Amino acid sequence: MALTTRLRRRVAVWGMDLVNATSRVLRRGSGTVAGGHLALRIDPNLLRSLTEGADVALVSGTNGKTTTTALLTQALRTAREVATNDTGSNMTTGHVATAAHAAPNAVVVLEVDEAYLAKTAVWTTPRVVVLLNLSRDQLDRASEVRMVAEKWRTMCSTTTATVVANADDPLIVYAASAASSVVWVAAGSSWNLDAVGCPSCGGHIAFGDDGWACGHCAFRRPMPSVACRADDGDLEVALDGVLYRHPFSLPGAFNRGNAALALAAASILGAAPEQAIAALVEVKSVAGRYSHEVVDGRQVSLLLAKNPAGWSSLFEVVAGNGDPLVLSINARTADGADPSWLYDVPFEVLRGRTVVATGDRRHDLSVRLHYAEVDHAVDDDQRAAITRAATPGRPVTFIGNYTAFGALVAEVRG
Amino acid sequence: MIRIAVLYPDLLGTYGDGGNAQVLECRARWRGLEVAVAQVLAGDEVPDADLYLLGGGEDGPQARAADLLQRDRGLHRAVDRGATVFAVCAGYQILGHHFISSDGSATPGLGLLDVETVRTDERRAVGEVLAEVVARGWTAVPTLTGFENHGGRTRLGAGVEPLAHVEYGVGNGEDATEGAVAGNVVATYLHGPVLARNPGLADALLERVVGSPLAPLNDERIALLRDDRLALRP
Repeated sequence: MALTTRLRRRVAVWGMDLVNATSRVLRRGSGTVAGGHLALRIDPNLLRSLTEGADVALVSGTNGKTTTTALLTQALRTAREVATNDTGSNMTTGHVATAAHAAPNAVVVLEVDEAYLAKTAVWTTPRVVVLLNLSRDQLDRASEVRMVAEKWRTMCSTTTATVVANADDPLIVYAASAASSVVWVAAGSSWNLDAVGCPSCGGHIAFGDDGWACGHCAFRRPMPSVACRADDGDLEVALDGVLYRHPFSLPGAFNRGNAALALAAASILGAAPEQAIAALVEVKSVAGRYSHEVVDGRQVSLLLAKNPAGWSSLFEVVAGNGDPLVLSINARTADGADPSWLYDVPFEVLRGRTVVATGDRRHDLSVRLHYAEVDHAVDDDQRAAITRAATPGRPVTFIGNYTAFGALVAEVRG
Repeated sequence: MIRIAVLYPDLLGTYGDGGNAQVLECRARWRGLEVAVAQVLAGDEVPDADLYLLGGGEDGPQARAADLLQRDRGLHRAVDRGATVFAVCAGYQILGHHFISSDGSATPGLGLLDVETVRTDERRAVGEVLAEVVARGWTAVPTLTGFENHGGRTRLGAGVEPLAHVEYGVGNGEDATEGAVAGNVVATYLHGPVLARNPGLADALLERVVGSPLAPLNDERIALLRDDRLALRP
């Protein structure tokens, strides 16, 4: 019996590697999905057996998954070997590819799609689960956020993991408070429209400077034990009563929150906070996000935002500078096919800026900007849009949603 | 003064529905008309207004919105005195006799439209829609474009007319109709938001409220979007 199980696992991994290598050679995607499908058909229990006995950390949420996974990985590498799915394949097919090639004592750090988190937690018995935030995203193909919060709550009520959770997002608190061990992190939130109705009693949640609370029941922001603060671009994190401070290059309050969550998780998994934070601040860009490229002779800062919460938090980042903006919107499968959500994004803050709309759905964006009363130009080509937006002496900021961003990164990096 | 009331944006505003109010507000203001938009949160009293908007939402919030509106009765009184109501998706279903709650059971609606939303074995209707307006008094509105995303199918009773005839997509679901109209109550499944994609429908609603034709606006940007979407035409 044991022999058959081991044999099945070996055949599954061998088949997966063969297919993945072939698809990488043929450049048909990141090279983990097709092989993973095959392997899971040969051995449906593959993820469970591959992670048995390993320390596993899972990272999920609507926004910041990839970045927080990268920050946690960097922080943990100061203390331990790490295997992680940094290709963007955040479903089971990607997870088995990562776990199959983890070194014997490595921590397996997995970015997990929101809809896959509950079953991934069952298969991998994680030591740590990091819960970032939940908000509306891709409503044409994803579950309603409250259904996700309910599933996460059920997962939390049975997991043996320590849950590292954002205390500033009521839907996250609703899910995580069912866990027996929680570390609350004040990671911030710039979007609360999906949490106005109390997930616990249906009452009205009021948000203030000192947190949030339901007006009808006892559901309120828990007292965080980890907090972060923005100060002149530095990252300042209070963890276990000690204040750590380092210069930090990733922009925005949301990335300081991601860093605080990553640091709390790394410390649970055995990293010394001082070394971990020093390593984590070395992350300058994540899969192209936050990178600075030269496109046709112009300096361009690349930012990715996929949904209203993501765009809102990026607008906080770009509000301070007057740099010209190229905004790119697609509505392919990975983006969600309905760009109605553009009307949940406060484009009004861009009045007076140089703005060029591009992407497959540039005309949807153009009409949104029209009603936001933002003057803008439209270009059907992303690179031409960058040239059109460019002003001498100023970098262009490019913000694209998922496939729009991916297309530009692929084009400029070749 | 045109008074627009957005009903329960915290429950029925999941699909960028706030955009419909913004489009109406801009198109009135750009013509020099005075306009005020009130955001009526769940639990607040439904105020007097000339035009009420209801948007899309998830199953739980939809049932709660129906319950609150049933108790408030303010929307019923508004319809009785001839106010204009424009409802989208979950908001459309709420106006009917029944709709389906998250557990699959039939939940009482407001009975302001003679329609009934039922569950069928068919797949959730998700995708682009093109539809020709057929309701009497509304046929000057050009082809509607929008995006639908709904599980239920809506049957029209004798007391309503279909808003439009579906050319592409599903709409109400059983008879190639889309939306419903009775008097000044207009409802549709289309997101987009639908008034951003269809300025003709936005202006027709404003003209109902104002009672006279409106001056044209520069809609070049919107024309390009419409060309893009109408290219789906089979």
